[in-house]
Amino acid sequence: MSAHFLIVEALKKAYPAANGQPNPPVFEDIHFHIDKGEFVCIVGHSGCGKTTILNVLAGLEEATAGDAFMDNREVRGPSLDRGVVFQGHALMPWMSVLGNVAFAVKSKWPEWSKEKVREHCAGYLEMVGLGDALDKKPAELSGGMKQRVGIARAFAIQPKMLLLDEPFGALDALTRGTIQDELLKIVQATHQTVFMITHDVDEAILLADKILLMSNGPHAKIAEIVEVTMPRDRTRAGIHHDPQYYKIRNHLVDFLVNRSKTYAGAEAEMFHDAKNPPLVRPGLEGDRAPVLTLATERPAPQLKQAINQ
Amino acid sequence: MRSIKLKAAVISLLLFLLFIGAWHMATLPKESTSLAGANAEYAALMGKGAEKSGGFPPPLEVGQAFVKYLADPFYDHGPNDKGIAIQLGHSLARVGLGFFLAVLVAVPLGFVIGMSPLLLRAFDPFIQVLKPISPLAWMPLALYTLKDSNVSGIFVIFICSIWPMLINTAFGVASVRRDWINVARTLEVNPLRKAFLVILPAAAPTILTGMRISMGIAWLVIVAAEMLVGGTGIGYFVWNEWNNLALPNVIFAITMIGVVGMLLDMIFGRLQQLVTYRE
Ligand SMILES: Nc1ncnc2c1ncn2[C@@H]1O[C@H](COP(=O)(O)OP(=O)(O)OP(=O)(O)O)[C@@H](O)[C@H]1O
Ligand SMILES: [Mg+2]
Repeated sequence: MSAHFLIVEALKKAYPAANGQPNPPVFEDIHFHIDKGEFVCIVGHSGCGKTTILNVLAGLEEATAGDAFMDNREVRGPSLDRGVVFQGHALMPWMSVLGNVAFAVKSKWPEWSKEKVREHCAGYLEMVGLGDALDKKPAELSGGMKQRVGIARAFAIQPKMLLLDEPFGALDALTRGTIQDELLKIVQATHQTVFMITHDVDEAILLADKILLMSNGPHAKIAEIVEVTMPRDRTRAGIHHDPQYYKIRNHLVDFLVNRSKTYAGAEAEMFHDAKNPPLVRPGLEGDRAPVLTLATERPAPQLKQAINQ
Repeated sequence: MRSIKLKAAVISLLLFLLFIGAWHMATLPKESTSLAGANAEYAALMGKGAEKSGGFPPPLEVGQAFVKYLADPFYDHGPNDKGIAIQLGHSLARVGLGFFLAVLVAVPLGFVIGMSPLLLRAFDPFIQVLKPISPLAWMPLALYTLKDSNVSGIFVIFICSIWPMLINTAFGVASVRRDWINVARTLEVNPLRKAFLVILPAAAPTILTGMRISMGIAWLVIVAAEMLVGGTGIGYFVWNEWNNLALPNVIFAITMIGVVGMLLDMIFGRLQQLVTYRE
């Protein structure tokens, strides 16, 4: 086995259609890996299968084909080694904020005393800025606060890996920024390994070491892996001053707007090897207009358009 | 908010007075003596000559029955003459016992059925056929097999309470939010902890709704059941007073049935509030 912490090989998922026949696979030939301490984001259009991949990694869902290995062990069923922050926070409304986190902590360390659990949970809730809300019910919290409880719950069990499914999707821009800052701080301090789904390109650039670009489904694949080459001590306020930022951003937006639909079908294989998706560093490229550059560097998408016409 | 409550209370009171007034007017004694004489004769025949029962009793007479029975609710003068509290107590004991047994069966069974789509389907035809059977239709079978009218009454309560609870529990458990189950799964929570700390609280409001419906039905059914098997209980009391042609007592008993039913429903409403969570 190689040294990578998480390895995904030839992952494929096809849901059965209503009539029992298999649907075309949502995604197939998904290959990627994540190293320890890495923060990896995945972006792609709605419905391309991001949540499904995350659920497979979490062990909540079974892939049709392919494998996932974490720490040299096959992912089989859910595990306390992988903490999940769900898209809709998924707090239990009948438990207090502290109760929700304590439920997770007691599951991981059943032998701990009440005081120890409480202290541990309070520490993590403090970390997400909810030290004053321990005894509130989730219904008494704002959307952003609920999401932070979800994050504290996932962090509190100290998983080897965190899986975040659009954790900030439902939040307004202001709250989202604050929590992003918090997450950034926590991750920089703990060197947590993270796999995160997001729709927000800026969020991905701010947080990620690598961004996986997923093409449109069905038959979605990992189209490219973008390395975010900016220094790790980014801040939300300072990131815009880095000249790399706009190059990376333009590259991502161009992919989502123009190129994400060009990876389906046989002709895509002429220019794209899903087993080894190209690793690109748009931040380090020269000062060329990125969209133009890409159009000339990549003739294949145009080829496909020509075929379609 | 306060004023609307007050207004509603005033209107309720007016409606009540209007009802009593109309009742009073409708039952004013008529002048036809021949009919009254016949009634008096009939009453004498029934051994109740002392009480005048000229047609439908006026409110005042019913009021006297209220005062009489409520003044001494606990007396016991033999099998056919017991205080109202004792009769209600017998009915409540039967309902309580039958309902409790139904909870013991319906909630765990509903839990298991709700957890398994397979079992849900397997049990469904039985539930669908058994549910619409009037509980009193079981009475002959119950009397034949159990050979005891009191136990049969409890059985009838049991059988009518079980369906709403069973169905609601199964439905509540089956429709617990996927997210919560997934949280429990990712935390590797053991099945027992998952059942008691996640599924039960999540389904509790639905389960209690089922219990509330069951209790409502049970209270409806106990009156009919006691009329059928006799002996004790508020249903028997109604039947007995009808046989005595003591309509004021019947009206009093009917009112008591309504009040106790309301109190039972209020208790379950409170319990429901206790387990309901705000999302
Ligand atoms: N249980 C299911 N049964 C059938 N099809 C499903 C099921 N779950 C998801 N799909 C299909 O799989 C595809 C991928 O779904 P998924 O939720 O992974 O998308 P996503 O990339 O997370 O989208 P979004 O960004 O909108 O959350 C969708 O086309 C969806 O219709
Ligand atoms: Mg999704």
